[in-house]
Amino acid sequence: MNQRIITDLSRLPLHGSGTASLTWWGTLAFMLIEGMGFALAIGSYLYLVSVAAEWPPGGVPPDPLWGTAVTAVFVISIVPNLLLSRWAGEEDLRKVRIGIVLMSVLGLVPLALRVFEFSALNMSWDSNAYGSITWLLLGLHTTHLVTDVADTFVLAAVMFTRHGDNKRRYGDVQDNALYWNFVTLTWLPVYACLYGIPRL
Amino acid sequence: MTAALKDRDLRDTALEEKLLHARLAHTWRTPPGLIGFFTTVDHKRIAVRYIITAFAFLFLGGILAMLMRWQLSRPEAGLIGPDLYNQIFTIHGSTMMFLFAVPVMEAVGVLLVPLMLGTRNIAFPRLNAFSYWIYLAGGLVLWVAFVLDMGPDVGWFAYVPLSGPQYSPGKRVDIWAQMITFTEIAALAISVEIVVTVLKQRAPGMRLDRIPLFVWASFVTSLVVILAMPAIVLASTMLILDRLVGTHFYNPSEGGDALLWQHLFWFFGHPEVYIIFLPATGMISSMLPTFVRRPVFGYLALVLAMVSIGLLSFGLWVHHMFTTGLPRVGESFFTASSMAIAVPAGVQIFCWLATIWLGRPVWRVPFLFILAFFFTFVLGGLTGVMVASVPLDTQVHDTYFVVAHFHYVLVGGAVFPLLAAITYWFPKMTGRMMSERLGRWSVALLFLGFNFTFFPMHILGLQGMPRRIYTYQMDLPWGGMNLFVSLCSIALALGFALFAFNAIRSTRSGEAAGDNPWGAATLEWATSSPPPPYNFARIPVVSSANPIWDQGQSLPVASGLSVNRRELLVTTTADAEPEVRETSPGNSIWPFLSAIATTIMLVGSIFTPWAVVWGSIPVAIGLIGWFWPRGTPEDDS
Amino acid sequence: MRRLLPLLSAGLLAGCTGWQSALAPRGPVADDLHGLFWLFTITCALVWLAVMLVLLAALLRRPPDGKARQERAMQHSARAIGGAVAATVVIVAGLTVASFLATRSISAHAEDALVIRLRGYQWWWEATYADPRPDQNFITANEIHVPTGRLVRIELAAADVIHSFWVPNLSGKQDMIPGRANSLAFTARKPGTYRAQCAEFCGLQHAHMALHVVAEPPEAFERWRTAQVAEAARPHGPEEDEGRRILESKACGACHTVRGTQAAGNLGPDLTHVGSRQFIAAGMLPTTRGSLAAWVADPQSIKPGSNMPMVPLTADELQAVSAYLTRLR
Repeated sequence: MNQRIITDLSRLPLHGSGTASLTWWGTLAFMLIEGMGFALAIGSYLYLVSVAAEWPPGGVPPDPLWGTAVTAVFVISIVPNLLLSRWAGEEDLRKVRIGIVLMSVLGLVPLALRVFEFSALNMSWDSNAYGSITWLLLGLHTTHLVTDVADTFVLAAVMFTRHGDNKRRYGDVQDNALYWNFVTLTWLPVYACLYGIPRL
Repeated sequence: MTAALKDRDLRDTALEEKLLHARLAHTWRTPPGLIGFFTTVDHKRIAVRYIITAFAFLFLGGILAMLMRWQLSRPEAGLIGPDLYNQIFTIHGSTMMFLFAVPVMEAVGVLLVPLMLGTRNIAFPRLNAFSYWIYLAGGLVLWVAFVLDMGPDVGWFAYVPLSGPQYSPGKRVDIWAQMITFTEIAALAISVEIVVTVLKQRAPGMRLDRIPLFVWASFVTSLVVILAMPAIVLASTMLILDRLVGTHFYNPSEGGDALLWQHLFWFFGHPEVYIIFLPATGMISSMLPTFVRRPVFGYLALVLAMVSIGLLSFGLWVHHMFTTGLPRVGESFFTASSMAIAVPAGVQIFCWLATIWLGRPVWRVPFLFILAFFFTFVLGGLTGVMVASVPLDTQVHDTYFVVAHFHYVLVGGAVFPLLAAITYWFPKMTGRMMSERLGRWSVALLFLGFNFTFFPMHILGLQGMPRRIYTYQMDLPWGGMNLFVSLCSIALALGFALFAFNAIRSTRSGEAAGDNPWGAATLEWATSSPPPPYNFARIPVVSSANPIWDQGQSLPVASGLSVNRRELLVTTTADAEPEVRETSPGNSIWPFLSAIATTIMLVGSIFTPWAVVWGSIPVAIGLIGWFWPRGTPEDDS
Repeated sequence: MRRLLPLLSAGLLAGCTGWQSALAPRGPVADDLHGLFWLFTITCALVWLAVMLVLLAALLRRPPDGKARQERAMQHSARAIGGAVAATVVIVAGLTVASFLATRSISAHAEDALVIRLRGYQWWWEATYADPRPDQNFITANEIHVPTGRLVRIELAAADVIHSFWVPNLSGKQDMIPGRANSLAFTARKPGTYRAQCAEFCGLQHAHMALHVVAEPPEAFERWRTAQVAEAARPHGPEEDEGRRILESKACGACHTVRGTQAAGNLGPDLTHVGSRQFIAAGMLPTTRGSLAAWVADPQSIKPGSNMPMVPLTADELQAVSAYLTRLR
């Protein structure tokens, strides 16, 4: 087909952040998928509660100490995480490097606490359906945590190479920070389920 | 080479036509040979590959269907024993749903959405390549297992406890459950790509009310996939855990519940039907105008109908569970919601009828398929109203009536439009036209063969024939009609075979098509057949829903994109105003390697849970290799 | 209309014997479902016909010439679509209400219902007639008798996987789900034998899991019931004696019960009155001495995958067992 040029795009920026970035939307879509996964897993938890005569069977709820510690770390981590996201927006390489190392370390802390949290559940996954769904919820969240921490580590490594000082990398750091917020936000209802409902 | 060509930021603005094409072809090329085969990220190549693979699975599934018809053609036939028969119907259903219908609809989306939107590649093209390999691996796992007599044998919805550790020992069900994981990963990946492509990569000026209806359909479908598929991933993970590590999600004696599986499965399983059907309606809405020579009537109504079908599809899952003894009040609600979906479905039918009413029909093969769709799908939709009624469903549920119903909906409602679409968009895949004469014969065989095969099944169901029986006794009055059905299914199979023959022959020797052989209105016809690797030499600018019809002789375009790196245009979500010149990732072997690593992990996890632990290391390496910046022009800003 | 419907069924679906058919209702619940079926079918057929006629007209008509006429045609179309949508809403609402009313009428209850507990096994049915008087209880398998004209409530359970109980001539189906209790009620209007078949895929022999519902007048039902409550018939003559001895001493008694003998297993069907049933092996073979012998001799080739193992017996032993089983009327 014949063409006639009616507009010129030369002056457009070469990279957009936030809603102008494809990866931002992609991250959002993946968060929607995983959020749906969490919602359905919590739905299954509540469903099993509704068919059970006693919850938890045997009456020993999980020990809340470690889970609460994890929650505290998550809540605290939001502050450096938001700062990191802002520094990435300002494309300040030095601060971003500091921030991402800090977030890598902060990611390891709940992961270490998780080990204790699993052992404080007072129930094995193969004892009964309560044990199964409890382990599933905690395992599902831990998988997300591991993924995000691994991602943060790789990104931290990239930021210390020559590829670091690049709009695209700053965008990646922002998306990673967004994902950390998601991991934090999904934890709160899971926490409420695991430690609240058995005590009702 | 002139100095201008070495310039890293060379733009298309001042380049003369021939040089522009040469530069773009170089930048967007796929290397020839095997390297190109494994590294390409061109959405068209991947889509065509996807479509061919899906049709291969259709034919494999079809062979299984013919085997079943052979066995059922007379009572107490001993051709196929129960063990093999149960594998056959399970793999027939699983193949048709997970390896044919959903992938093929998504693949057509991968092919057409970027072309219809006037962009150069799909968003996240490497994810797209990854998706294909994962899908292929999932299909191979299922079929290799079947050949090794390890095929799943518990039906495509694998109800627990039958599929649980106690009543299905061995690896058959685990293979089914992991095949689900493969195909869901593949489908979710494509859905993310399509959603982002539709939101951010539309041609300048393509406001929401100018988006082609097939693109709308793909967009709504992708959102349905994103919201529905996590349910089956969760359900099948819980099933594998029950089988592999001794959890009790579905075990009633340890506090689990058999119906939890059904709720989760159908929360996905019902939307699944619309994941297949919505793209088909989009295809019809996009093809019909070409064959009645006028724009579709009721664009807004059609969009709203698709959106409301997408929403309503989440409120219907319980109508697959009307005989499980749920509270009556709840069931009545689901009767109402199931019937309510007849309203948006009706709106679509009425708009298409009005479009034909106001237009001048062109009797070509795709249009004939659309007419076959009307005849068949309306009937299947109406039997859908019947199974939506709780009391009626107690008689027809799990009988051949339901078998007839869903084949009317899926074959009539989705496969006929799909075959129309393959015929119609064949030039965009191959540059050639399919034979009109063979096409007419295949429409006739498929239409008659289908209706004579499946209509009698309604009556068989009412006469008491349950589904999934490998044989029936002499004293039951089903023999004559089953024989009739089996004979007619031969005509149906011949119709598919003829269609395949036509497609294969036309790929080599079909008439050359030219850019716009049907005289259609949307952007995919504004570029050559098949389109070049970069789709459009310059990005089209759109000011109506039917750009080619409304723009007169020449296509308005935008200039200013780089020709030395893969660059495409990102526009705003609502109004499609140009926003950013974004780069698009280049060819890479890493999606293929990551897919292999993922396959090893998933197949390993059938045998030991530890595979998830050690298998995740190569997956992580694959993903790091995939995303690690390489200093190519595409990495720069 | 009511009288026309059976005629329609017969005319449209000639050849249907009604042995296991939703189109040949033999009780009030099935009647209601049958009426509802034809209401839906006729409505849907009319809608389908209307759509096809409009499509045909649209294909055959000449499209309007000139801008003004086209404009007018478009306005008419928009109005027609509006009307069609409204009609869809009305039809769908009407059918929903009809279906709701039918649900209400078929879930009727009665105080004096006969209660039968039915339990699904891979691939047979165990029926327990629970009477308030404990000595009137009995267990049987694969064939239930019901008195005509009296409401029967079937309480459904499953021993292993999900099954579904369905006697289309008398009522719709209801699933039998491990860990859940379901029930279903129907009344048989006329004496007769109605075939039921498992409707939920339950494994290898899902195809051969039938049950027969024998409806008989109340007096005949009471006679049957009294006979079922009794212990097993005594063997007549040396061959039947030998048969009973084999049944007690070989593996048979480990799975089957014959009340009044040492056979007291509970994994397979109760055989106390197996000879009185019309069929053996969940509807597979008519009960004759020959088929009993064939079944005992080689259950796996008759019903592959069935949980009944082949117990090695000599030809004489097989003769004796089949003679004794035939006696158990």
